Amino acid sequence: MAWGRAAAGSAAGAAVAVPHGGSRRVRGRSPAQLAWARFRRDRAAVAALALIGLITLFAVLAPLWARWSGHPYGATFPETGLDANGQPRGPGAEFWLGADQLGRDVFVRAAYGARISLLVGVLAALLASLAGTFAGMLAGYVGGVLDTLLARLMDMTLALPYLLVAITLATTFQISSVGASLTMTVLVIAFFSFAAFGRVIRGQVLSLRRAEFIEAARSLGASDARIMIVDVLPNLAAQITVLTSLLVPASIVFEATLSFLGVGVRPPMPSWGSMLGEGGEVFQTAWWLLAVPGVLLLLTTLSFNLVGEGVRDALDPRAERSPVRRGELRR
Amino acid sequence: MTRFLLRRLLYAVIVLWLVSTLVFVFLHVSPIPVERVIGGPRATADTLAQIRRNLGLDQPVLVQYWRFLRRLAGGDLGDSYVNGVPVARLIGDRLPTTLWLVLGAGLLACGGGVVAGVLSATRARSLWDRAATVLVLLGLSTPPFVMALALLYLFAGGIGGGSGPFEAGPPLQEHFLRRMVLPWVALAFLMVAAYTRLTRGALLDVLGEDYVRTAKAKGLTRRRVVYRHGLRAALTPVVTQLGVDLGALVGSTIVTEKVFGLQGVGQLVYQSIALGDTPVIIGVTLVVTLFVTLANLAVDVGYSLLDPRVRSG
Repeated sequence: MAWGRAAAGSAAGAAVAVPHGGSRRVRGRSPAQLAWARFRRDRAAVAALALIGLITLFAVLAPLWARWSGHPYGATFPETGLDANGQPRGPGAEFWLGADQLGRDVFVRAAYGARISLLVGVLAALLASLAGTFAGMLAGYVGGVLDTLLARLMDMTLALPYLLVAITLATTFQISSVGASLTMTVLVIAFFSFAAFGRVIRGQVLSLRRAEFIEAARSLGASDARIMIVDVLPNLAAQITVLTSLLVPASIVFEATLSFLGVGVRPPMPSWGSMLGEGGEVFQTAWWLLAVPGVLLLLTTLSFNLVGEGVRDALDPRAERSPVRRGELRR
Repeated sequence: MTRFLLRRLLYAVIVLWLVSTLVFVFLHVSPIPVERVIGGPRATADTLAQIRRNLGLDQPVLVQYWRFLRRLAGGDLGDSYVNGVPVARLIGDRLPTTLWLVLGAGLLACGGGVVAGVLSATRARSLWDRAATVLVLLGLSTPPFVMALALLYLFAGGIGGGSGPFEAGPPLQEHFLRRMVLPWVALAFLMVAAYTRLTRGALLDVLGEDYVRTAKAKGLTRRRVVYRHGLRAALTPVVTQLGVDLGALVGSTIVTEKVFGLQGVGQLVYQSIALGDTPVIIGVTLVVTLFVTLANLAVDVGYSLLDPRVRSG
């Protein structure tokens, strides 16, 4: 609304000031440019995006931190990291963010943990959105028995006690290598996230299917595959982007929970969740074992959520912030 | 109505059957050696073979599956491999703790969410609205165990009844309230976001309806319009959500129970997984799924009683 008024106002102003061939030209802007302009006005989202950048840098440079401090992530330093009573030492010159109960460097481990969180969070969200989009489009577009089957499958996945099944899965297959446990974690998270995603997409496709431009495409002789990819998919792009960006923090929490319970990413690879799980017994005396991974985890998920909401507002200005934000309900 | 009910009931049974089959298949292909779990590390080959025979593990898979289903249909969940106690009794002993935890946290979250939602819907841009927005974001972003650990760090010793993280405390009957308050808060904090959003959205929708305008036009006070006319109608989806959540929560209290040392169903399954106690894992998964399905069923039925349009869909 405000946009339309502002644009009209300046155009009228320009018409008065510069009658013909003035230097102020109206320039067309793509939807992406418009969305970016809206996103940039959301200060919280921009700050969160910057924070994600910093955390990513922290994660990417993990080997560098290990080299500088001389503390590889898996190595224990009982002499320097633990005091005379065997208690972990706090933050200082030698261990920037303290040592854990085995005398490992918390700063270096947190950096490697950031890699796991970001990697698993993004990969699982992408996988879930891919599967969810596919299932949702198929169910919504094809309809009939396939729709009933897929919709029921998605309902059932949502009814499963996901944490229980995930733990059962992870333990029954007794995975012990880091790589395999990473793959497993990503797959488990994606499996339990795709259903909610697919349901939303299915609903969208159901209403899109009856749209006139789809009718038009069909009467021009377009095949079903072509309609799905060329006509339906682009109309889902905004939804998919928003859902995926909100799925990343949820996946990060999911991974941390699994690792906290000891069934996610396996040692020696540290994860924020497993750091909290292992440090749990001693954190009454060593607060940094709780604070470092806990705060990092919270900041990361908070940032992703803020960015996700910023993206939603930018792509769909009508959603959520409607009446209240526009102040219509105030009296 | 009867047809609708029957269809939902049939669907619930199918879900339970599918889940039990799924769990059966998982555990059947799993590499955990069951006879070792029972016989212990020093059992001889003869003993191991005998155990397999007793359990019927030497039979073909389909025969085992059929027996498993027949027992289930009779309500028999089998015996624990580790101590021979009937699974139903193990679960029965632990269920009250989990149910108390879920019920308290659910009500706390729902109550808090409704209050926050109403405040942020009726006082847009006020301090209350901002606070509610922050609460929602924090609730959505906090991993369950981070909140639990932080609460324990801040209040342990005092309110928590003296037990540190991961320590099993005294039986729940002692210091019931003191030991339940922190877990309730920890669990409720994660869910309050959903209720706040739901209440806020529903209330805003309802306040835009014609009958609310009529109420305003009649000259009723704003308070009366919002609470008597608006909130009443807006609460339907909130109560629905509470029903679904209470069912689903039974399966997701593992972390909370572990951190606070509560001996509930979550702890039971967590310990059973470590021990390879298959019947208990299957039993808990089924009982939890039963809760979810029943909650969904109750919500569906309640909804269709209130809103006839649902029945056709």
